[in-house]
Amino acid sequence: MSKKAKMTWNVGLIAALLATLFVLEQILPSGSMFFTVLKKGAIYALVAVSMNLLNGFTGLFSLGQAGFMLLGAYAYAILTIPVESRGSVYQYFDGGIIQFTVPVPVALIAGGLLAAAFAFLIGLPVLRLKSDYLAIATLGFAEIIRAVFQWDKLGPITNGSNLLRSFPSFKSVLYPFVVSGICIALIVMLINSTYGRAFKAIRDDEIAAEAMGINLAHHKRLAFVISSFFAGVSGGLLAMYQTTIQASMFKSAMTYEILLIVVIGGIGSVTGSCISSFLFIACSEWWLRFLDNENLYIGGFHVPLLRPGFRKVVFAIVIMVMVLFYRQGIMGTREFSVEGIANFFKNKFGRKKAAEGGGSRE
Amino acid sequence: MKKRVLAMALVAAMAGTMLTGCGGGSGSDSNADSSSAGSESTGAEAEAPAADGAKVVKIGVYEPASGDNGAGGKQEVLGMQYANQTTPTVEIGGEEYSVQLEIVDNESSNDKGPSAASSLVGANVSVVLGSYGSGVSIAGSDVFKEAGIPAIGVTCTNPQVTEGNTHYFRICFLDPFQGTVLANFANENFSAKKAYILTKQGDDYSTGLGHYFKEAFTGLGGEVKEDVFQEGNSDFTSYITSAKNEGAEVFFAPVSTEAAALIIEQAAAQGMTIPMMAGDTWDSNVILNAAKGKDVQIYVTTFYQEGGNADFDNGFKEYINGDSTAKANNGGDDTISAVSAMGYDAYYVALEALKAAGSTDPAAVNEALWKVTYTGVSGNIAFDEVNGDALRDTAYVKCANTESGAWDFVAEQGVN
Amino acid sequence: MEWITRNLPYLMAGVSVGGQYALIAIGYTMVYGILRLINFAHGDIFMVAGLVMVYAVTAMPIYIAIPLMIVVTVLLGFLVERVAYKPLRSAPRMSIMISAIGVSYLLQNMALYVTGGLSQQYPTVPWISDTVTVLGATTKRVTLITPVLTIILVVALVLLIKKTKIGMAMRAASRDFETSQLMGIKINSVISMTFIIGTFLAAVGSLLFFTNYTGVTPTAGAMPGLKAFVAAVFGGIGSIPGAVIGAFIIGICENIIKGLGWTTFSDAFTFALLIVILIAKPTGLFGEKATDKV
Repeated sequence: MSKKAKMTWNVGLIAALLATLFVLEQILPSGSMFFTVLKKGAIYALVAVSMNLLNGFTGLFSLGQAGFMLLGAYAYAILTIPVESRGSVYQYFDGGIIQFTVPVPVALIAGGLLAAAFAFLIGLPVLRLKSDYLAIATLGFAEIIRAVFQWDKLGPITNGSNLLRSFPSFKSVLYPFVVSGICIALIVMLINSTYGRAFKAIRDDEIAAEAMGINLAHHKRLAFVISSFFAGVSGGLLAMYQTTIQASMFKSAMTYEILLIVVIGGIGSVTGSCISSFLFIACSEWWLRFLDNENLYIGGFHVPLLRPGFRKVVFAIVIMVMVLFYRQGIMGTREFSVEGIANFFKNKFGRKKAAEGGGSRE
Repeated sequence: MKKRVLAMALVAAMAGTMLTGCGGGSGSDSNADSSSAGSESTGAEAEAPAADGAKVVKIGVYEPASGDNGAGGKQEVLGMQYANQTTPTVEIGGEEYSVQLEIVDNESSNDKGPSAASSLVGANVSVVLGSYGSGVSIAGSDVFKEAGIPAIGVTCTNPQVTEGNTHYFRICFLDPFQGTVLANFANENFSAKKAYILTKQGDDYSTGLGHYFKEAFTGLGGEVKEDVFQEGNSDFTSYITSAKNEGAEVFFAPVSTEAAALIIEQAAAQGMTIPMMAGDTWDSNVILNAAKGKDVQIYVTTFYQEGGNADFDNGFKEYINGDSTAKANNGGDDTISAVSAMGYDAYYVALEALKAAGSTDPAAVNEALWKVTYTGVSGNIAFDEVNGDALRDTAYVKCANTESGAWDFVAEQGVN
Repeated sequence: MEWITRNLPYLMAGVSVGGQYALIAIGYTMVYGILRLINFAHGDIFMVAGLVMVYAVTAMPIYIAIPLMIVVTVLLGFLVERVAYKPLRSAPRMSIMISAIGVSYLLQNMALYVTGGLSQQYPTVPWISDTVTVLGATTKRVTLITPVLTIILVVALVLLIKKTKIGMAMRAASRDFETSQLMGIKINSVISMTFIIGTFLAAVGSLLFFTNYTGVTPTAGAMPGLKAFVAAVFGGIGSIPGAVIGAFIIGICENIIKGLGWTTFSDAFTFALLIVILIAKPTGLFGEKATDKV
C-alpha cells in the first residue's frame, strides 16, 4: 500500500470515528456510562502513550507519571478557576493570590510546560540512574511533588491539600478525543522521526547507540521532558473530566494503573496503549460492576462470592494472567493499522488458497 | 498469529459490548439494569412488585462501602435500606410506585466518585442520597448537576457541598455550626484554653471542621496548636506526644473512624488523659469498641441520640439483628449510629419530594425539594432558600462510656 | 529530666518503628541481592500477615494463632515467588517488576474483598501490648521489645548466612547468579529460601507493627513497604546490616520530623533521602561496589 493511501485511510478512519461519536452523542443520553468510559479512556490513552514513549520506546523505566499529571492538573485548575469563584474555592486562603484566568487551551499547554520544566530539573540528576533505580527515584519524586503541593504554606496558590473546583470542564466526549488525538499524533510523529529512531537505538543498546554518535544524556532528557509534557496535558484533561482535583488523588497507585495499561497494550505499541486504556477503564469502571452485585441470579441460581470488591479481585486476576502469560500484551510491539488488517485478511485468504492447493505453509 | 486473533477478538468484543452496553443503559427495560447500571438492588421486596407490573421509581444511593469512610457509609446505607424495607412503595401522582435503591460504592475516593456517580445517572435514578464524607459529595456533585438529578446530602457537613448549587440539598447541620458547638462545649465544660487540632491532609471534612473549630475556639480567647497527618499514616504517637508537650487541654481530631480507632488506642497506650473531641464521624461503634476498657475521655457532637425515637430504635435493632449481612455492615453489633438515623430520614425526605413532585422526573423532584418539610427521627427537616441546607440549630453531645461500651448523653447544644 | 520526658517518646517511637521497618527491609534487600528485583508485593505480604492474624484469633487461642500466622505468611511468600516470579526468570527485569506490581495489586484487592473495605482491629497480644512507663514516658511494651528482637533476629540471620551451607549458597548467588548455577547450586531452592526468610521476618515485623498500630487496612502495607525499601537502598542494597541501620535512621528521622511539626514532609523526606543517596552514593552506606547501578 502506498504511503499516500495509508495516510488517506488513517485520516478517513479518524474522521469516521469522530463522526460516529458525534452521532452517538446526539442519540444517547449524555449521562450514560458509555461516554464516561470514553472520556476517561481517551485521557488515559494519552498518558499511557506518553509513558510508553519512555518505557517502550526509549527504555527508561520511569514511574513518575502521576506526579507530572498532578502538575498539569494543578496548573490547569489554578489558571482557569473563574475569579468570582476563587473566594469560595480558596475559602481558607482569602481567595488565593492568583486573580486572573487564561483561556482553557493556554492553561492546558501551561500545565504541560510546567510538567516539562519539572521533568527537566528532575531529569538532570535522576536520568543517570538505570532501570529499577530510575523507577524508584522517579516514584520518589512524584511523592515529593505531591507533598509539596499539599503544603499549607503554598495554600494561596495551591489551596493547600483542599479540593480545587469550579474550573471549566468539557461536556462533549469529542473534546478529550480531539485533544488526546492531536497529542498522540504528535508523539507518533516524534517516534517516526530521527529522534524516535535514536530513542529506539538507546532502548535496544545504549553502548551501541552511543557509539553511533547518539548523545545519550541529551536524548534521554528529551524523551523524559516530552513524555512529561504530555502527561501534564493529560493531567489537565483529567481535571476537566473529574471537575474537582486534589493532590491526594495522584498516588503511586495511579502510576501503577497506567503502567499496567501500557503493559497490557504492549510495551512499544502506541495503538496497543490506546486500545488497552479503553479496555482497562471499561473493565474497572463499568463492565465488571455487576460482580459487585450481591443478589445476582442467573436463572434462579444465586451466584456465590459476589459482593462489593469482587470485581476488583477478578480484575486483578485477569491482569496477573495477562502479565504472566501474555507478556507481549494485546499488540506486542506491533501497531494497529489498515495495512495490518489488510495483510491479516490477505494472509488468511492466501493460506486458504495454499491449503486448497494441497500444500501447507505452516 | 494466535495472539493477533486474540487481540482482534478482544477489540471486537470491546466494540460490541460498548454498543450493546450503552443501548441497555439508556433504555428503560429492567433487564439491562443489573448488567450495565452497575449497582445492587435491594432484593426481593423491591423487585417482586416490579414483576407484577407496578411502576418502579429508583433512588440512587451514592455512598462509600470501602476505603476510609467505608464503615460510616455502610451504616448510613443501612438506615436507608431499613426505611426501604419499612416503606417499599410510594404514591406519585395517584399511582403506586415501588421504590428501588440503586447503591454504588464511591470508595471514599474523590477520583473514583465521579464514575460511580455516572453509573447512577446511567441507571436513571430520580434522586440521589449521599454521601457520607464531604469530599466525595463535592466530587460527584457536578455529575449530578449536569444530568439534572437532585441530590440530598445526608451527613456531609462541609459548606462547599451545597454552596452555589441548586441541585444539592442536605439534611444535616453544617461544619461552621458544628465547629462552634464543639468549641463552646470545650470552653464551657473543660474551661480549656489550649486545644490541639489534628486533621487529615486532603480530607475536606477534616480540614473544614478543624478550621471552623479553630475559628470559634480562638474567638473565645483560646489558643490552638494545629497538626496534620497524611493518608495511610498509622503512627500517631508523635502527635499525641506533641499534644502532651504543648500542654493542650483538649485534643480535637475530626477524622475518619479508621484513624480515630488508632488515635484512641495510642492515646490510651501513652496515657493521654485530656478529653478527646470530634464531630459526627466519631459517633460510631468503631470508636466505642476502641475506647472500651481504656482510660480515655471522648466527646462527640452528633445528629441523633439513641433513645430519641423508640419506634425507630426498636425497629432498626430488629432489622439489624434479623439480617447477618446488615449486622456485619453495622460493625457486628446493634448500636444505632446517628448516620443510620439520618439515612432513614433522608429516604423519607426523598419520598416526600417524589410525592410533592407528582412525577419521577428528576427536574420536577428538584423543584419540589425546596418546599419539602418532614419531621424525622432526627428532628424537623426543612431547607433554606439559598443553598438548600437544612435549618437545624441543635446538636447532641455524647460521651463514650468506656465501661459499658455505649454512648452517654451529655447535652443538647446550640449556638448562642 | 524534663527534657527527656518530653522528647523520649519521639525517640522511642522512632526506634520502634525503625525496628519494624528493618524486619521488612531485610526481605527487600535479600531478594534484591539475588534476583535484582524490587519486590513491590513484599509490603502487601506484610499486610496479609496482619489480616491472617486478625482472622486466626477469632477461631483459636493466640498461642496457636501466632505460629499459624507465620506459617501462612511464609507459605504465601513462597507461593508468590513460585507463581509470579519463577516463570519470568529469563524475562527482562522490567517484566518481573511489573509482575510484582501485579501481585501487589491482587493482594490489596483480595484484602479489600475479604475485609469489605473496613479497617480490622488487630488482636491484643498479651504481655507485649501492656503499657509500661520509662523515665516518665508511657508506651506499650512492644515499643521496647521491637529493637531488641530485631537485633536478635538479625544476628541470627547473619550467622545463618555466614556459617551455613545454604547461607553460602545465597552469598554465591547474590555475587554471581549464572556462575553459581554452573557451580551446582540449586538456584531455585536458594531463591525459595530467600523468600521464606524474608517473609518470615515480615510476619514477625507485622506482629510487632500492628500490635503498636492496631488497624489493618488493605493499603496498610504499602507505605511501610516503600519506606523499608528506601531503608534497604539507604543502607546499601544487598547488605543486611546496612538495611537494619538504614531502617532505624529512617524511623527516627521520620518521628523527629513529625515532632518538629513538619508532618507534610514526613513521607517526602524519606524519598528525598532516597534520591540523595542514589545520586551521591548509589551503593548506599554499606553496599558493595556494583557496576550496573549508574
